[in-house]
Formats: sequence, structure tokens, C-alpha cells
Amino acid sequence: MTSAIETMTPDTILKVEHLSMRFGGLMAINDLSLEVRRGEITALIGPNGAGKTTVFNCITGFYKPTMGMITMRQKGGKEFLLERLSDFEITKHAKVARTFQNIRLFSGLTVLENLLVAQHNKLMKASGYTVMGLIGLGSYKREAAAAIELARHWLEKADLIDRADDPAGDLPYGAQRRLEIARAMCTGPELLCLDEPAAGLNPRESLALNTLLNSIRDETGTSILLIEHDMSVVMEISDHVVVLEYGQKISDGTPDHVKNDPKVIAAYLGVEDDEVEEVIAEELDGGTP
Amino acid sequence: MSNANSPATDVAPGLMAKALREGLFAGVLAFGMFLLYVGVETYQNIDNALVWRMRWGLLAVFVAIAAVGRFLVVAFLRPSLDRRKLNKAKAGLLDVSEDKGFFHKHFLKIAMIVLVLYPPVIVSLYGVQGSLKFVDNFGIQILIYVMLAWGLNVVVGLAGLLDLGYVAFYAVGAYSYALLSDHFGLSFWVLLPMAGILAAFWGIILGFPVLRLRGDYLAIVTLAFGEIIRLVLMNWAEVTGGTAGISGVAKASIFGIWSFDVGASNNFAKAFALPMSSAYYKIFLFYVILALCLITAYVTIRLRRMPIGRAWEALREDEIACRSLGINTVTTKLTAFAIGAMFGGFAGSFFAARQGFVSPESFVFLESAVILAIVVLGGMGSLTGIAVAAVVMIGGTELLREMEFLKHVFGPDFTPELYRMLLFGLAMVVVMLFKPRGFVGSREPTAFLKERKSVSGSFTKEGHG
Repeated sequence: MTSAIETMTPDTILKVEHLSMRFGGLMAINDLSLEVRRGEITALIGPNGAGKTTVFNCITGFYKPTMGMITMRQKGGKEFLLERLSDFEITKHAKVARTFQNIRLFSGLTVLENLLVAQHNKLMKASGYTVMGLIGLGSYKREAAAAIELARHWLEKADLIDRADDPAGDLPYGAQRRLEIARAMCTGPELLCLDEPAAGLNPRESLALNTLLNSIRDETGTSILLIEHDMSVVMEISDHVVVLEYGQKISDGTPDHVKNDPKVIAAYLGVEDDEVEEVIAEELDGGTP
Repeated sequence: MSNANSPATDVAPGLMAKALREGLFAGVLAFGMFLLYVGVETYQNIDNALVWRMRWGLLAVFVAIAAVGRFLVVAFLRPSLDRRKLNKAKAGLLDVSEDKGFFHKHFLKIAMIVLVLYPPVIVSLYGVQGSLKFVDNFGIQILIYVMLAWGLNVVVGLAGLLDLGYVAFYAVGAYSYALLSDHFGLSFWVLLPMAGILAAFWGIILGFPVLRLRGDYLAIVTLAFGEIIRLVLMNWAEVTGGTAGISGVAKASIFGIWSFDVGASNNFAKAFALPMSSAYYKIFLFYVILALCLITAYVTIRLRRMPIGRAWEALREDEIACRSLGINTVTTKLTAFAIGAMFGGFAGSFFAARQGFVSPESFVFLESAVILAIVVLGGMGSLTGIAVAAVVMIGGTELLREMEFLKHVFGPDFTPELYRMLLFGLAMVVVMLFKPRGFVGSREPTAFLKERKSVSGSFTKEGHG
């Protein structure tokens, strides 16, 4: 599978260049550059406090980066500079959707309503910005039915169809995670950013998540960028892994490459600095024939 | 559940002692609380000096009510309620049973019929002149508040933006009608939509600067906005007439065909050869405000099923999630403010046409507080609950003016009107204790796949500005 993607040479959907984010005296991200390729699942990993969520917040407009450029290129070739757009425009125009580390559902709305809210912009246009819809003119009725069908499609995908009319706050944790992904997909994104989608899931649920993410990538062609701590998810489904530590990129490549990168091992296992150098030296010695 | 039914053998001896103890304690507490408020009365003596005397009798009535009430609740009411619940649980009945009574199922239809038939029934019971009080004080007064509360419901109940200055839009509507009809002689039916549009415009003006604020901060700024409008009306005397207000505001007419001005040739009473009375105007106004209320309800119900209405509710639940879904929260909030304000403006222009007089006195903060209290008491977002709350709150306080029999309980110098606000507050505390989410705490979903299940109030959020 890995080789197949390499021969495909997919183009870049998101390009982050020299991104820096400073909170007062803290440099949360320091000169970070990375690429997300179209039609792939890219994982962003790193120890706690490495700045992964900050990168996400910069990409999705919830933070304004101190420096750097984030370019999103859509299928049609249209390019957006995300650091110049506000958060809702990034979803609306640039077609980047996201989920949150601490699930943010509309808990008082039903599962179906959650998915309809996600189709707000499309429905707003169809209802003639409410005016036409209010007096019953225009295509609103048809579009509303289509929106419900799209919601039904994603509910089936996320295995939530039986709970469609229950309040979202009533769902168990794993189902809430899936609903948040389904909701993000209802905005019709080209890039889906998932912040720790497997956090708090049991092994069976995270297996179901893997299937869901794979089917999103394969069937809709949506590229996925995800933050994850659960290595079974990361190694299983990602095509490309970027490792962060202290706001800097320390490794970048296929899961296998990253897994064996001594810097990554050091970052995760907390090896002393001189030991890291030793490991690298050994690696270099052993590696050279 | 009556006390007589509970056999004495059921009552444990410890319970009686406990009830006595709690009753006594409640009595002492009531004595301490009411000693100064109720027990002491100040009055002016013959030398115009302020002196005070004790009202032991009245105080004793208050204390006795508290003590006996507490005793009865602890000794009888609570055990019998517990027993009932236990029996129900044993019988396997759930509290949330699906089949409701006839009244419950057809509540809206019944309410509509009652409202439409209200004026003719009152006229036939009390005569034309006698109907005035019931149609005006109860009917119109309550319906104005229903409309205001439904308008505020869009802002507070749906969008979750706490607005403490709602009365400002009511004032804008009232003064728009009074001033424009005074200066340009425009009719009520032209000015009604115009007042709504002007109020909506002011809603947007208020909305813009406060969009960044949330929760408590938003509440304070809207409160200030309400006061600013009132102070401007009070001090810009050349235009608004200052504290004296504007009197002689033109009455509404029946679409220009019949007028209610006494001198006019097309006077309604003259045209139908009826005896002169102001009651016809009030009955006409009753139907006007009823129609306005229905329009408000219809628009609100329709809007909830539109993307904008869903976006309002989503905004109340989680603003950040809204933005992550590409919803422009700025315009969403502004439309909520504008729509809410528009209904306030309609109600305001109606108010001016009904009173024939507007002054800043009518638009004090207490009005905003009462409207907000109705929304909270009814259950945020629920039109039915809010309407019921308006009937209870406004009808209840109006009813207290009529409670002459209370004089027999509390003595001849007891004036129930003066206790209106006390009882108002007490009622609110009681309702909030038993129904913390208001009369109707659940919300009806706007779309469904298989069946429409109402969402329990414990899942919905109040919004944080």
C-alpha cells in the first residue's frame, strides 16, 4: 500500500511553511514546515505539550499565527492562505473541517440536528437567506430533504442511525466522537482535521474508528490530518507521520520510518541528550556499509 | 392523596415529632423574617411626625401560616406523595408515560378557541361597559407580555444571548409610533411595520458593539443600553416631551374604514348605531394583539426550522463548534437581536396605540426584568410554556388587585396590591424550586428521521452570551 502511494505522487493539499506561534514568552511552535498530501491520512504525533493542538488551531483559524504561511490548495486548484481567513471562513470557503480534543457537540440538539447545523451555509443559500424559505418559495424544501439524506448517509457510516432522534448529549462517549466526525464531514470538507479522535475509546471502538477514517479517505477522497496518541491507530491507518517536539519537527515520513527514527524514540522514551547522540552515532555506524 | 385518607397507623411516631419540630422552627424563622417587614408599620400622626406601631395580629397570621404549613407538609403531604410514588413504582408505571390526557393533547386548539371567544363571552356576561376591565386589564395586558416574551425568547431562549435591556426596543416601537403619527399623521397600519423595522435597526446597532461580549458582560451592556434609551427619551425633551411624554397618540382604526375617534364621522359605534363606549376599541385591540401574537409564534416556529433558527440554537449550545462548522456567528447573533427587537417594536407601537400616551415611565428596567422572568419561568425556547408563564405572572398580579377577600384574612387595612411584587417573587422561587427549567423544560427537535422525541432540559444549555 505504501509503495502504491509513492508511485502515485499525490499533490499537496496543505502546506505549512515556517509557522511560529508565540504565547507571551512561550514559543509553542517554532519554525515548523510540513505538508499534507491529497487523499492521504497524515498523523501529527508528539509528546504532551509538543504543540500539536496549537498547529491545529493555527490551521483552522482559532489562533492567528505569529509568523508563517499556511496554504490550502483545493481540488480545482484554488488556493487559500489560511492565516488570513477567520475561523468560520476556513470551513466555509477553504473547506477545512475540524473536530475537538474535548468533544464539542450541540448536546441539546438531536443527533440529526447536529448534522443539519453542519450544512448551514448550503441550506442558508437554498432558503434565500431565510427570506425565501420563510414564505415557502425557492428550493429550500428540496435542499432540506437532500440535507437530511446526506445526514442519513453519514449516520449510517458512523453507525449512529438508530440514535438519530436522540439528543447528542445522551450518546456514549465513543458515539459522540463518531458523531463529531460525521458532523465535520457534513460540511463537505476537502481536508478533515481530527484532534485525538481515538482518545478514550476502547480497542473495539478504535478499530471501528479506523474503518470509518479509511472509508472517508477512500470513498470521498477527503484528506485527513489527525493528532493521535494511540499508536495502534497511528501506525495502522496513517500514510504519513509528522513528529513534533517542543514546537519543532523532529521527524517526517512513513510510519515505519518514523517508528525507527532514533530521535522519535528518544523523544518518547526520554533518553538523555548525550545518549541520543550515542544512539544516532551507532545508527550511523551501523547504517553505513 | 388527601390527608384524611392517610391512616394514622401509617404515621410513624418519630415523624410527628419531627413535623412538630420543623413546624416550630419554620414559625421562629418566619417570626424573625417578618418581624420588621410585616410586624412594624410606620404612619404619620396628627403632628405629621413619622411614628411606628406593631401589627401583632398580622404578624401572627404570617407566622402561623409558615408553621402550620411546614407541619402539614412534613407530617402529611410528603409521606403521602412518597407513598404514591412508591405505589406507582410498584405498579410499574413510569412518570414519563406516553399517553397524555385530552386537555394536554389538544391544549393549543383549546387555548385558541378560548382566546377567540374571550371578548364575546365577557361582553355577554358583564355587558359592554363591564367587559372593559376584563378585556383590557387581563386580555390585552397579558397578550402584550406574551408577545414581548416571545420576542425576547428569540434572543435569550433560542440564541442564548442574555439581554437585560429588551424594553429599549419596546420603547423604540412605542415612540416611533407616537412621534411619526404625531408629526406625519401616518396610520397605525403603516407605522406598525415601520416601528418593527426601526426597532430591528436599533437591535443591530446594539448588536454590533456587544458581539464580542459574552455572558455577564453582555448582560451588563444590554442593561446599560436599555437605560440609555430611557434617559435619552427623558432628556431629549424637544422631541420626546421629556418625562411628560407624548399624549393624545392617535388610535388605531379598522383599516381606515371605521375609526374609534369620538368625533369622527365614521365612528365605529355610530356606524353600527351602538351606544358610545370605549369597550369596542379595546375589543378590537384585543384581536389585533392576538393576531400579532399569532404572527410572532408562526414566524418563530418557522424560523426554528430554518437554518438560521438551528444556527441560533447551536450558538446557544456551543459557539466555538458553530464557528468550526463555518457558521458566521456575527451575522447569526445580529439576526437574533434584530428579529427579537422587531417583535418588541411591534408590541411597542401597539402599546402606544392602546394607551394613547407614552412616557419613559413605562420603559423602566423592571419591565425588562419581568419579561425576562416570564421567559425563564416558562422554559427558555418553549412558546407554550412562555405563554402560560405570562398568564400566570401578569394575570396573577392583575388578579391580586381584585383580591378583596384577602382583607378578611389579613385584616381590613391589608392592601393586596402592595404585596404584588412580594408574591410575584415568591411564585418565582416556588416555580424554580420545583421546575428549575421552567414550566416546559424540554425542547422539541426541529427535524427527525423516525419519531419526534422531545429533548430533556438536562441536555440543553442556557448559553453563555
